[in-house]
Amino acid sequence: MPRIEFWQGNVSLAYGAIAAGCRFFGGYPITPSSEIAEVMSEELPRVNGRFIQMEDEIAGIAATIGGSVAGYKAMTATSGPGFSLKQENLGLAYMAEIPIVVVDVMRGGPSTGLPTSIAQQDVMQARWGTHGDHATIAYAPSSVQECYEVAIKAFNMAERFRQPVLIMSDEVLGHMREKVVVPEAGDLTLIDRKKPACSPDDFMAYKPDPEDNLPPMASFGDGYRWHITGLTHNEWGFPTNCATEIAFKSARLMDKVNVYRDEIVEYETESVEDAEMIVVAYGSVARTALSAVRQARARNIKVGYFRPVTLWPFPDREIEKLAEKAGKLIVPELNFGQMIHEVERAVHGKAGIIQMSLVNGELFQPSEILGKIEEVA
Amino acid sequence: MPRPEVLDWLRKRFFPHMWCPGCGHGIILHAILRALVDSGKKREETVIASGIGCSSRMPGYIDACTIHTTHGRSLAFATGIKLANPELTIVDVMGDGDCSAIGGNHFIHACRRNIGITAVVMNNNIYGMTGGQASPTTPLGAKATTAPYGAIDPPFDICKLAQGAGATYVARATIAQPVICEQYIKNGLANNGFSVVEIISSCHTQFGRKNNRRTPLDNINFFRNNSVPIAKAQGMTPEDLEGKIVTGEFVKRETPEYTRLYLDLISRVGGNKA
Repeated sequence: MPRIEFWQGNVSLAYGAIAAGCRFFGGYPITPSSEIAEVMSEELPRVNGRFIQMEDEIAGIAATIGGSVAGYKAMTATSGPGFSLKQENLGLAYMAEIPIVVVDVMRGGPSTGLPTSIAQQDVMQARWGTHGDHATIAYAPSSVQECYEVAIKAFNMAERFRQPVLIMSDEVLGHMREKVVVPEAGDLTLIDRKKPACSPDDFMAYKPDPEDNLPPMASFGDGYRWHITGLTHNEWGFPTNCATEIAFKSARLMDKVNVYRDEIVEYETESVEDAEMIVVAYGSVARTALSAVRQARARNIKVGYFRPVTLWPFPDREIEKLAEKAGKLIVPELNFGQMIHEVERAVHGKAGIIQMSLVNGELFQPSEILGKIEEVA
Repeated sequence: MPRPEVLDWLRKRFFPHMWCPGCGHGIILHAILRALVDSGKKREETVIASGIGCSSRMPGYIDACTIHTTHGRSLAFATGIKLANPELTIVDVMGDGDCSAIGGNHFIHACRRNIGITAVVMNNNIYGMTGGQASPTTPLGAKATTAPYGAIDPPFDICKLAQGAGATYVARATIAQPVICEQYIKNGLANNGFSVVEIISSCHTQFGRKNNRRTPLDNINFFRNNSVPIAKAQGMTPEDLEGKIVTGEFVKRETPEYTRLYLDLISRVGGNKA
């Protein structure tokens, strides 16, 4: 029997992670994400997991990567300034192909900004925050229920593709309480990292399997000896300056998302079939947008709703297809324009794009989005 | 010539190494491997972690579980690995920049937690890989590419820093004493807690050429002529100790090791039965 809980988004996300098999958490206190660390500190020792509060944000993700290297499903959580601090080691996890989950509960910025107010200003940082080319997988939940669900999906993707996966929550979602239907453990689909089958002496930690182009991963302590480095490396993990090896490694990192894009991309739609305009929104803003779309439909305005669940990879082909029919897209965001650039890229000029920006620490009112729909209709 | 069981620990396919001929770090690599072999460690149960710099390229050459991380952060990675699997032996090799500049925060907190890791700090008083810039252990007055008129920043004493922060084994030797280096690393490995073995190393390429220690031998001779054992140092005045390297074991004490405390906590809340 599924169980019913009444949880905060942050609490729901933490329990979702534990259900996904997360048994290691390294973190550092920061508003508005601290409840995730608090739940982990209480629950992980009860399931023979490991929680450690580190000396800073950088160490929080470093310890998390260490936990994953030693074989655990591992997570860290933070918010704006902490997400900035974690970027260098996030890059190491991409380069070294270490599965971890990183949660960013978005708040206002830049700098210390608005620690207790909602914003959506880290969307591009999620994609390009760490230096160098890499493939990004980032989920943006929009309900407390979905916080639980994307935690499981994020771990599955991290373990499957042997890379970091991001969850871009936000302050309102993190602190809002809603009903959560918690599934039975046996009903969950969980993915564990692929282990090497070869003998320890033959193990090449970065040699992909031919059938899926993904390398299996051993853990420190399970009999295999291998080298991890943030330097660009060959299939042995040894630093290389060979152009062929550099090109192979760099392309393979990108291919994790390029090749498997259709399996990763997730989105939600409502009333798009006959829509003459579509509101595209994510996270907490999507809730406001959906409310406005339903009110407009009640007034016989042919408007639809599109919500990217994965911000990265972005559901560009799906939006393009809808834009050809709809003609107009309204894009409300709590920033001066981040996801809208992806929408523009996706539609190739086939639809008009109307931007709505709000940067004052608050959410849009449904009436504001409804007003824009009526204006555009 | 190294013993065959020591040679087994070298990842020969990763050679030739990238250190300059005559670099002091090779002496330290050999001492670490002898200490691991003589302590009965197994390669597949030993982790060598490092940050960034010349010293930090060492793990690549060791055929164990090795992780070359970001600049200064290796102890934070190593902390995660040790907490996840306390059965592993962990040696964290780092340079003076890694340990006492960019990674200073991780260093003092690893000391404070007394987590079961042996940190081998290879202190050559300079940023060698990036071209000889001043580090937090560059002596007052010494020249570096970013201290062309002589360093005015007071240097850190890494052993005092470790002692003050709570490390339970702290020792210092120089590369002119390879057998003592090996012994201190063994003692560090045997300590159930956070151990710091500072080994004064040489960079004739970057430090030496600006400070009248141009050859590897100049450096070895300098260390021989300027090292003072703790017992002797205790009878000397601060003026007499100016410019000297005090060697020996500074701290040997027992406090609970961090992962032991965490495993106890797990048992207390019933997680060991989960």
